[in-house]
Amino acid sequence: MTDALIYDALRTPRGKGKADGSLHEVKPISLLTGLMHALEARTGLPTAEVDDVVLGCVTPVGDQGGDIAKTAALAAGWDWKAAGVQVNRFCGSGLEAVNLAAQKVRSGWEDIVVAGGVESMSRVPMGSDGWAMATDPQTAKALGFVPQGIGADLIATLEGYGRAEVDAFAVESQRRAAQARSEGRFARSIVPVRDINGIAILAEDEFIKAGTTLEGLAKLKPSFEQMGAMGYDAVALKRYPWVERIAHVHHAGNASGIVDGAALVLVANEAAGRRYGWTPRARIVATALTGTDPTIMLTGPAPAAQKALAKAGLTADDIDLFEVNEAFAAVVMRFAREMGVGMDRINVNGGAIAMGHPLGATGAMILGTLVDELERQQKRYGLATLCIGGGMGIATIVERI
Amino acid sequence: MSIRYDIDADRIVTLTLDAADDKTNTMNAAFRAALHAVANRLEAERGQIAGVIVTSAKRSFFSGGDLKELVAIPADGAEAFFLMVEKLKADMRRIETLGVPLVAAINGSALGGGFEITLACHHRIALDDASLRLGLPEVTLGLLPGAGGVTRMVRLLGLQGAFEYLVEGKQFGAQAGLKAGLLHALAGSTEDMLAQARAWIKANPHAKQPWDTDGYKLPGGVPSQPKVAQMLAVAPAMLYEKTRGNYPAPEAVLATMVEGAQVDFTNACRIETRYFTRLATGQVAKNMIATLFFAMNEIKAGASRPAGVAVRQVARVGVLGAGMMGAGIAWACASKGVQVVLKDVSLAAAEKGKAYSAKLLEKRIAKGRCSEAEAAAILARIQPTEAVADLAGCELVIEAVFESRELKARVTQETEAVLAADAVFASNTSTLPISGLAKASRAPAHFIGLHFFSPVDKMQLVEIIKGRDTDAATVALAYDFVQQIGKTPIVVNDGRGFFTSRVFGCYINEGMAMLAEGVPPAMVEQAGLQAGMPVGPLAVTDEVSLTLCEHISKQAREDLGDAYVAHPAEAVVNRMIHALGRSGRAAGGGFYDYPEGGKKQLWPGLAHFAQPDRPLPDMQLLIDRLLFAQALETARCFDEGVLESERDANVGAILGIGFPVWSGGAMQFLHQHGDALGRAAELAVAHGDRFAAPAGLAARLGR
Repeated sequence: MTDALIYDALRTPRGKGKADGSLHEVKPISLLTGLMHALEARTGLPTAEVDDVVLGCVTPVGDQGGDIAKTAALAAGWDWKAAGVQVNRFCGSGLEAVNLAAQKVRSGWEDIVVAGGVESMSRVPMGSDGWAMATDPQTAKALGFVPQGIGADLIATLEGYGRAEVDAFAVESQRRAAQARSEGRFARSIVPVRDINGIAILAEDEFIKAGTTLEGLAKLKPSFEQMGAMGYDAVALKRYPWVERIAHVHHAGNASGIVDGAALVLVANEAAGRRYGWTPRARIVATALTGTDPTIMLTGPAPAAQKALAKAGLTADDIDLFEVNEAFAAVVMRFAREMGVGMDRINVNGGAIAMGHPLGATGAMILGTLVDELERQQKRYGLATLCIGGGMGIATIVERI
Repeated sequence: MSIRYDIDADRIVTLTLDAADDKTNTMNAAFRAALHAVANRLEAERGQIAGVIVTSAKRSFFSGGDLKELVAIPADGAEAFFLMVEKLKADMRRIETLGVPLVAAINGSALGGGFEITLACHHRIALDDASLRLGLPEVTLGLLPGAGGVTRMVRLLGLQGAFEYLVEGKQFGAQAGLKAGLLHALAGSTEDMLAQARAWIKANPHAKQPWDTDGYKLPGGVPSQPKVAQMLAVAPAMLYEKTRGNYPAPEAVLATMVEGAQVDFTNACRIETRYFTRLATGQVAKNMIATLFFAMNEIKAGASRPAGVAVRQVARVGVLGAGMMGAGIAWACASKGVQVVLKDVSLAAAEKGKAYSAKLLEKRIAKGRCSEAEAAAILARIQPTEAVADLAGCELVIEAVFESRELKARVTQETEAVLAADAVFASNTSTLPISGLAKASRAPAHFIGLHFFSPVDKMQLVEIIKGRDTDAATVALAYDFVQQIGKTPIVVNDGRGFFTSRVFGCYINEGMAMLAEGVPPAMVEQAGLQAGMPVGPLAVTDEVSLTLCEHISKQAREDLGDAYVAHPAEAVVNRMIHALGRSGRAAGGGFYDYPEGGKKQLWPGLAHFAQPDRPLPDMQLLIDRLLFAQALETARCFDEGVLESERDANVGAILGIGFPVWSGGAMQFLHQHGDALGRAAELAVAHGDRFAAPAGLAARLGR
């Protein structure tokens, strides 16, 4: 079978996802075209040979509506032959795009696919596309919907993580991210966002709060306590009747940040790489999807990772580095516990708590971070995974070449 | 200091815009520094201030950006320019949000940056003076209102409401401004205006801009609303139909409007600066400012007028021939207060010429642009006649009779017989060399060419042609007269086709040459439009008639003898007239059919020229051919001494023959092109010596 190889991975810096964030003024289409131009410049990509552009976008309305993948390819001046599709697997969209690209290439049916994702959360607010599971009473009732934060607090409760522990996790994420940024560990991936004049708008992740302390975080109020008290806790406990009450430990400081950003990953077969003189950086070894209880919603990463490992014929011990999306601190902590993996191998450069989680792009971003870090440490296997709305999990295993 | 700061007993600060050593206020470095200092001081003294009045010590309130500074911005100066503009805007914003009422007392015209200053004020009072001009005309110079003008206008009027002021640069007077909601009040005098300003400050201590007030909503809706989205979807196409993509400014304005409407004020302002920077560092704005502003102002100031001759006004003009041109010239004179004796061979013909003015006046009255009394006065100035003797006392006579040397010689002589010795005789010929016509004159020194363009009431240009013997006083009088009737003069030397007709001929000939090569006629026309010409070459050839084209080339062939080089267009003209019977619009049809009551359409018989086996040419190549043909001919006019100034070449090409404004004119087109000499050489190899750069061009381009 044809290998699906990663030849390049690049991303924008992540901008604070509010009106005062640096990327708020930048249209999602421009986040993408900037990266597309950079990808062309870096690889000499013959865009007429691109079979497809697969981009994750979780709120595909307004600026992000109407198949932004194809629109961006055209706006970037790519050849008309390059097709484009926008995919939505909630928080897993960016990694889903990479996995789809890998499957297209590995099947032999396509040769060059540009994967990635985009989300301008400051311009197109989360939820503005609607979601029957949350807002249609009949569906919400039938599926036992509670907001993800309630699910995250439920995980912490079930696992016995107190406020101090999840906050400590967050402090460490900030420390690692700040260190990685200052050591230039993201330099290979990050393409500064520039305006129409070429003036840099944002050159580095701006969400990282380098000096975060436990004392500082302790002052933050739990975000989901009030919401839980309104009835969501009761809905959640219907499914977890052995729990007396949910301890609300997550807040803005130990959950993923709302940010703007985009990412691209160039996936192609070996023949294409040879033809255009590209050096493969990693091989996509396995991909996996799974579903878990939709009420707790965020427990998908470990089963997805196990499924991918089984497909690859590997075990968790074979994996040198993990990137687990830091949707909430408890999600990653539980993953570590379930997989029996120490935090020394997980998110060694921090995660979304520090850098933010641009929904549609994050999966592609952490995959790029994983490949960069495997190269830096000269390690072999890496696994990226994210928890996903609706109770799904997604995972991708790569092998550095 | 460009801004005076005075505080009175009521704790009201008056900021008086008063640039030192300048007749007008502009947004130059001195102003920016003064504004920064004022913002600092206002913030420091905030607690002692009840309100701020912004007014001006000049006759005009403020005249806008410093165009000298703007044209000097290098292409790689984007970042410095961006930061400079952002700083200026931050200072304006600091004052706007100081927390005290801010009133603009608009004592004179406020265009561009001037009006932007008033937009940053909470309340705008203007003098109710008919001469006041207000608005944001930046787009007409290839720029956008980058000092918050786009952002604030959109927030004030909504996307649709602001469109004409921003995308089209529509200017308005005080009354119209009040009606449109752009002004809040008018005042009868400066004292009244300042009193109103004080009263408003006292009555509105907590004044804020609408967009800084809670619950503010964009008038007409934001871009995501379906009704607005629908309108915005068609807007770029509407714009393209007008600009053919040659004008970055209106496109940037529209983008700034829409992108700005989707974000908060701060981000919208920054987006505006980015697009402004793009335009200011781009070439098109430089082209447009150089010609439409600087060159035009130089011409207004008499740059091509002989120095040392006193300015004269003409009281009485004679016009010979009351045909379309003569009637138009009579109108141009009478409507600007000049007495006209309009002579033709019969009184009836002369009356018919006068009736043309009556018809124009009827339309103006119907549109409310003119009163019955004014119309009567204008008409009374035109004296139709068939008697040469009535021309006695005219200081200037312009002949607009048929293009025949013999006829022109006859009317020259019979007219001069009744004129004073120092009277000037001018010919409106568009093609016959002036020095030749002057031979019939008793005083060739007082003989000159005054080439008006048709239709005279709409065309702003008059090409003044100096004959070999024309003296300076005659040129000066012609120049003064052209300005007197509100038109723009350029001065050229004598030569076949002078400047404009000659260059115009290159445009239509190149179009016909393409047809001869089998280029689909629709594509020839499309190339003209995409180049930025107002009409396709074949359509405009139909208007001037193929017969005239034939006549001109025949004349040239006779005059030049062996030196004559045939243009490939001639074969097309010949075939169209003599084999296909298509001589142009007036003859019932040419390249186009003109169905009664319907839109003209390309004549299907042009299939005779088709060469279906040849591939379609590259559009850019066609565009380059049409523009280079004209520009290189312009350069040739310099080598041959027909043209003396690039200023006149550029203005003449734009106003006279519709050479694209984006290029800044026919010479500026070559200057601004990255590699004009290289491209000319390529075109010469592929399409003939008419594209060979004339010897003097390289030096002129500084190569």
